[in-house]
Amino acid sequence: MGDLPEPETAIEWLQTMTLIRRFEERAGEMYARAKIGGFLHLSIGEEATILGSTRALRETDYLVSTYRSHGYALARGTAPERVMAELFGRVDGCCGGHGGSMHMFDVERRFMGGYGIVGGNLPIATGIALSSDYTETDDVTLCTFGDGASNQGTFGETLNLAALWRLPVVFVVINNQFGMGTSLARHSAVTDLQRKGESLGVPGTRCDGMDVLDTHGVVAEAVERVREDRRPMLVEAVTYRFRGHSMADPEEYRTKEEVAHWRERDPIPAFGTLLEREGTLDAQGREGLDREAVARVDAAVEFAEASSFPTSESLYEDIYVLDQHARGTYH
Amino acid sequence: MAQLRYREALNAALREELARDERVMLMGEDIGVFGGAFKVTAGLLEEFGERRVRDTPISENTIVGVGVGAAMSGLRPVVELMTVNFALLAFDQIVNSAAHIRYMFGGQVTVPLVIRMPQGAGHQLGPTHSHCLEAMFLHVPGLLVAVPATPADAKGLLKTAIRDENPVIFIEHESLYGVRGEVPEGEDVTVDFGHARVARAGEDVTIVGVSRMALTAEQAAETLAREHGVEAEVIDPRTLRPLDLDTILASVKKTNRCVVVEEGWPHGGVGANLAALIAEHAFDDLDAPIARVSGADAPMPYSKPLEDIAFPHEPQIVQAALASLGRRPAAIGGR
Repeated sequence: MGDLPEPETAIEWLQTMTLIRRFEERAGEMYARAKIGGFLHLSIGEEATILGSTRALRETDYLVSTYRSHGYALARGTAPERVMAELFGRVDGCCGGHGGSMHMFDVERRFMGGYGIVGGNLPIATGIALSSDYTETDDVTLCTFGDGASNQGTFGETLNLAALWRLPVVFVVINNQFGMGTSLARHSAVTDLQRKGESLGVPGTRCDGMDVLDTHGVVAEAVERVREDRRPMLVEAVTYRFRGHSMADPEEYRTKEEVAHWRERDPIPAFGTLLEREGTLDAQGREGLDREAVARVDAAVEFAEASSFPTSESLYEDIYVLDQHARGTYH
Repeated sequence: MAQLRYREALNAALREELARDERVMLMGEDIGVFGGAFKVTAGLLEEFGERRVRDTPISENTIVGVGVGAAMSGLRPVVELMTVNFALLAFDQIVNSAAHIRYMFGGQVTVPLVIRMPQGAGHQLGPTHSHCLEAMFLHVPGLLVAVPATPADAKGLLKTAIRDENPVIFIEHESLYGVRGEVPEGEDVTVDFGHARVARAGEDVTIVGVSRMALTAEQAAETLAREHGVEAEVIDPRTLRPLDLDTILASVKKTNRCVVVEEGWPHGGVGANLAALIAEHAFDDLDAPIARVSGADAPMPYSKPLEDIAFPHEPQIVQAALASLGRRPAAIGGR
């Protein structure tokens, strides 16, 4: 278990986890009302892994996530309005409606993207770490991915290369125990995921991904070790998603009892209760945080509704950087 | 002007750009200690050191992905893949990442990455080392595609590719590495993308040759002039994206006939694309159907006589040009 931070920080953690929860719930509702299209992957249940890992970073460190990307953008400080507008496919979305749920991005906050291809983000994160190493800054890149991604070729390839070149990247495997609908034991011969990097020269460690303090403590230690030693590390955060893989998931691969069992460990009430017990926050204060989160999400929906759809000209925007050396027909 | 081999011209481009811009760095399998499978990077590790010239593990998809991440965060990486066929292992990173990141992230970042690779038949490397796949990359919006045929273009286009803000697929040809040619000197002598090279002027028929086929087309044009009294205009597009369609259309307007020559497969190929574009834009200028000469619609075989008939040679181009002029050629070899 990691240490409880200063009261102000602890309250911010609870506040942001609550914001992510309320945001995701509302996104699910908006999806059901056909305001949001495509696939929608919610991180309900996994909020402690998001907060615990992102709060282990400096503002100048880089963050790379998977397609379950809304919570990471919110945790990094992207306005909920911009994230919701992106889900709505509107022009004020953080990617102007070109990316959608799986591809949030905020370069100013060094959130270097949600990525739609399982395992495709590992080499990219490692390339960003290469830039930091090359330019001799002490920035660290944190890369999250799921348990399913640990079977992709890029997992082995990237961990090997990052260890070989001594690059400052922390790989955080968010083990939510399913690669879509296939349970860990049915998709990975080695289920102790923290050990999967050992043969590649990447030492591993594990944290309780339902506990924001433990996640923060373990990831923060890994981040600082990587910053010091200039060698990658692997952290396994054991967690559980309370909702389906995406909204299009009837969840026939697990029992209601199993979900109920994990819901008892819901990281948000658990942390709230702890703060109350420690005297950081009273019951009224907790309710206030929740009301505030709901209000922010209300405002985000209102903003997204009011934002226009992109013009048809934007279909061809940002494909190429034009007007440099090239002329001729691009399209 | 210096006389350089194609590989030396590429080497000079890399050396000059490494010296010119600290952000430029090279990554690839065996590019350092070994000097490159085709010796394009020979001497660069010794000159620029391990930080900037990096031997990588054999992990194509990851090498390209690392290049993408590095390019997004301020470097200008040049990744070498040992052959075009190995690029297939990296197709995820090339298409889903390199080509699409700028677009899907709303223009917040650029990916100034160059991915170099050689292609082409002629060395009996068989079905996994000698294809011509430029059409696959041409298909993808977000990528630029360069196909230099001469040492001068190899150097000038590579320098432009490295300075460009977009991801560039830079396709070299295995059979051209040893070919010599005049290369203009000067650090800032570059060749712009989207400017075709008119390799030979002529009035009777336009021949567009891609990559090595630009050179084969020039040879065919000499034969056409010498033996058939036909003056062919030979155009080397040099880059397929952006494409200098104007130069091709102006030529077709003059000659009213067009033969497109590529080494790759016919279906969905570069020639098919060019033929469609020419037909769409210059149908009324054409006095004959656009002819395509392409590689055989088969995997590349190993056996020498089979390999020889699997990609185009001069006689097929001559034959196609004469046919477009309505003239029956004298009996020639080939298919």
